[in-house]
Amino acid sequence: MKTIYLDHVATNPLNPEVLEAMLPYFRERYGNPLSLYEPGMKAREAIENARESTASLINAKSKEIIFTASGAEANNFALKGIAYANQNKGKHLIISRIEHHSILNTARFLEKSGFAVTYLPVDKYGTVNPEDVEKAITKETILISIIHASPEIGTIEPIAEISKIAKQKGVVLHTDAVASVGNIPVDVQSLGIDLLSFAAHQFYGPKGAAAIYVKEGMRIVPLIYGGIQEGGRRAGTENVPAIVGMGKAAELARINIQKRIDHIMPLRDQLISNALKIDKIILTGHPEQRLPGHASFVVEYIEGEAMLLLLAAKGIYCASGSACSSKALKASPVLISIGIPAHLAQGSVVFTLGEDTTEDNINYFNETFPQIISRLREISPYAKGWEGMEGSSCTVKK
Amino acid sequence: MYSEKVMDHFTNPRNVGEMTDAHGIGVEGNPVCGDVMKIYIKVNDDKIVDAKFQTFGCGAAIAVSSMVTEMVKGMTLEEALKITKASLAEALDGLPPQKMHCSNLGADALRKAIEDYRSKQGK
Repeated sequence: MKTIYLDHVATNPLNPEVLEAMLPYFRERYGNPLSLYEPGMKAREAIENARESTASLINAKSKEIIFTASGAEANNFALKGIAYANQNKGKHLIISRIEHHSILNTARFLEKSGFAVTYLPVDKYGTVNPEDVEKAITKETILISIIHASPEIGTIEPIAEISKIAKQKGVVLHTDAVASVGNIPVDVQSLGIDLLSFAAHQFYGPKGAAAIYVKEGMRIVPLIYGGIQEGGRRAGTENVPAIVGMGKAAELARINIQKRIDHIMPLRDQLISNALKIDKIILTGHPEQRLPGHASFVVEYIEGEAMLLLLAAKGIYCASGSACSSKALKASPVLISIGIPAHLAQGSVVFTLGEDTTEDNINYFNETFPQIISRLREISPYAKGWEGMEGSSCTVKK
Repeated sequence: MYSEKVMDHFTNPRNVGEMTDAHGIGVEGNPVCGDVMKIYIKVNDDKIVDAKFQTFGCGAAIAVSSMVTEMVKGMTLEEALKITKASLAEALDGLPPQKMHCSNLGADALRKAIEDYRSKQGK
């Protein structure tokens, strides 16, 4: 059976050129970058080259890049690092309600540690209103962190506008750009951002390699203490092969980004326009301001995990934000934040295209998706409407 | 994640659909939490002679519904009332722990269908 991977926001296969670049650093060039002899120096050089190419993907300086092991680590570092570096100035943070768990749960941790957090609402497309950011800023505010693009609904946030406000008020601004860097052009100068998190596996690099951009001169408290790696801001022997891989993937992303977008976007638009022909289906997220390969929906009267598994049985891999498909058995807070009622959020399904997606893939998808929906609607007691649904709440014990 | 048996009942569910001449109907669950099961039974001489279902929910919920409707056919009402979450899960070669409670509503929906039948009988 042919398989069609439409979950590129979850992760991506490693680019073969990236793998080639990484391989020597597992065995031949195994030196510790801190060692003073030749193999160490070679490893150090490889990391610095990777840093340079990673920096140029987002138009930053090399010294503004700190490598981490994941996007989640970069996000934890941004929030905790800035909060603890500035707690004498104030103890208030602003984030949105559609942040990734690595921002949300770090903010909750900081709340327990004596910081106050404002969770900004979003509109029906999941967009943060910059005016709301301005209104939320107090004399105590030390950090604003707003996601650049949502992996769940694809919406791209107005970060450049928010940064003008942050600058004017003298508040540090971080953005979680894990879902966007490598998929759309991201320029830290034109965004006017102070900190930005991104991860290599989102642009065909390896898992276990990510980075945070920290603007020159910004004070940040380390998350991991130890040696002098990463300028003393992130201790631990460097994952040299992964960092080299990130550097190579960043180089390829910088060169190929427009080509990738031009390939992916028409296919994505074709997928969306075909899906919207189905009865009782809603596109979630912003119709235009969204990631080029991103298509997300809620399908009425059926449940996301069932859709996901039946699609998988047909060789199509995708994601869902339904309660049943999450291990925590909770509907996606992002869908709830954009005003999707909980029973509709159950019908969440997310498709993300990549550079390997073909027109044939999308044609097969367009054929299969309505069949799966009809099949599940034939089983559903709600096929004729949400009868008796109004005002119901969850009474089943989980 | 799911056993082969769960996948079989989920991808080829038995006894799907509305039963317009059912003797008893039981509904359990809520789409806000995740799953809803509606079970229809036809009873003759205290024995369940036919059963059908309609389910809104995940793979486990659909498989459980399919399994419970298969199991009860030919059972007496007393036998059917002995079906539990555990026995249903066992018949499906197990369910993931997070699916044991909210998706495993088959026994509860069946009990409600039997109660519905009995109340209609005035017993």
